[in-house]
Amino acid sequence: MIGTIAAKELRSLFNSPLAWVVLAVLQVIFGYLFMVGVGRYGELQPQLAQYPNPPGITEIVVAPVFGVGAIVLLLVVPLLSMRLIAEERRNQTLTFLVSAPVSVLQIVLGKFAGLVLFLLIATGLIVAMSTALYAGGRIDLGLVAANALGLVLLSGAFAAVGLYLSSLTAQPVTAAISAFATLLVLWIVNIGASDPGSVLHLLSLLRHYESFARGTLNTGDLAWFALFIAVFLWLTVRRLDRDRLAS
Amino acid sequence: MQLSRDFGGRRAVHDVSLTLARGEVLGLLGPNGAGKTTTMQMITGNLAPSAGEISICGIDLLDRPVEAKARIGYLPETPPLYRDFTVDEYLRLAARLHRVPAAKVASAVVRAKQRCGVADMGERMIATLSKGYQQRVGIAQAIVHDPDLVVLDEPTVGLDPNQIREIRALIRELGTDHSVILSTHILPEVESVCDRVQILNNGKVVYADTIAALRQTRGGQALTVAFLRPPAPALLAAIEGVREVEALSAQRLRVFHGPESNPAQALVRRSVELDWGLVELTPVETTLEEVFINLTQRDDAEVAEATP
Repeated sequence: MIGTIAAKELRSLFNSPLAWVVLAVLQVIFGYLFMVGVGRYGELQPQLAQYPNPPGITEIVVAPVFGVGAIVLLLVVPLLSMRLIAEERRNQTLTFLVSAPVSVLQIVLGKFAGLVLFLLIATGLIVAMSTALYAGGRIDLGLVAANALGLVLLSGAFAAVGLYLSSLTAQPVTAAISAFATLLVLWIVNIGASDPGSVLHLLSLLRHYESFARGTLNTGDLAWFALFIAVFLWLTVRRLDRDRLAS
Repeated sequence: MQLSRDFGGRRAVHDVSLTLARGEVLGLLGPNGAGKTTTMQMITGNLAPSAGEISICGIDLLDRPVEAKARIGYLPETPPLYRDFTVDEYLRLAARLHRVPAAKVASAVVRAKQRCGVADMGERMIATLSKGYQQRVGIAQAIVHDPDLVVLDEPTVGLDPNQIREIRALIRELGTDHSVILSTHILPEVESVCDRVQILNNGKVVYADTIAALRQTRGGQALTVAFLRPPAPALLAAIEGVREVEALSAQRLRVFHGPESNPAQALVRRSVELDWGLVELTPVETTLEEVFINLTQRDDAEVAEATP
């Protein structure tokens, strides 16, 4: 059932031009960054040779693409998530899912999974592009994998926030703007916190993403993302249940 | 089912009770805002009742919603169509969501399309279909999984007269092997399609009976008569079986009589004997419309009295 709903969401995305435009734009941005990165690596190579343990091509070319990818997805995910529930509410099609023999949890998980599948495709673009570096040298697959996992978790967190805010309104645009604002705040929330032990660091999305970008797999950050996503999905379930019970 | 539903302290549906046998078409009738849609939303699990219980084929909707919902097909007032899907894609989705086994999805979709007359529309995008066809796709979506109970909320609104007739024929056909609950405010629709009728007003059931019973009570209660040279009402009242006479105009009168005797023959004989010049003799029928207007307006008047 979750799979059926996820497939439906993915089909909805690809039935509209938005998904194709987003993928095309992402590919242009990633491709450009990648090209610039490869050029810079060419320039730096003589200098790098002097270091005893120089950074590899993956760190110089691929990691920045993922870094920018995170920011681009921060802008894009609210656009993709805004329709998930708000538009169904506006077109009164939510009844179709609610009347079907599926639980609210399955509806929410299905919608979330559909969007995450799309984000996997977007992340897959970067991974596929990095493998092109095999033509000219060796790449650090572990670093690529950690970056890709980090980006999927990060964009999954974006998607969960977007889904929840989409469930609050019948206006997709309102959902998109509020999701974007929320994500931006969560992104930079720790900017003014000079104390390294501050609670604000705990809330910051960027902070938890950094360890993946460095190529380390921190179980604490992994759990943090899982918890973050679970909380917002749970809030969405609560919100949809309230529709049914509201008086 | 015995249902109540509150909205912000106002009781929108008050102890509405519905029972439906297999193969029966129940018409839910009422003026706008009577609680028809709310009742249907509760039956289909879209709204939780404030009090009461719902059981579909012995399965409690509130305790085991997934199993109960698998047996219901619901067409809300606005058909819940994904406009950027094709008819086939949409119906396949509906079938899968309603747990039609994967191997049977294709045949279920073909059958639903045939029954609803959209067999040739499979490749068309739903957004490009006319309102009538969209409505049919909405009905197809509600029956694709062959549910025990089909709930249709105003299925003929916004259709042209031909389409209305086709949809009614479809509903009658559905009524042979499914149970159907139909809401409408079009009275002839109920008379032509339903086996039983319940009239809702202000969230309460004000009338519940079979259409057959309604037909039986029709006629045999009053006659409308018109004469060229009308007699004094007392003369008419003297005819055997006549209970009461009411003058409608200078020449037309209404003659009330009991259900057991019909004074029509005696009345004609007297008219010929005394040369009243009888020109009209019509049995007055209680139509559903009269029952409806009677019940809903009388209730409104009572409410108005209660809250000066």
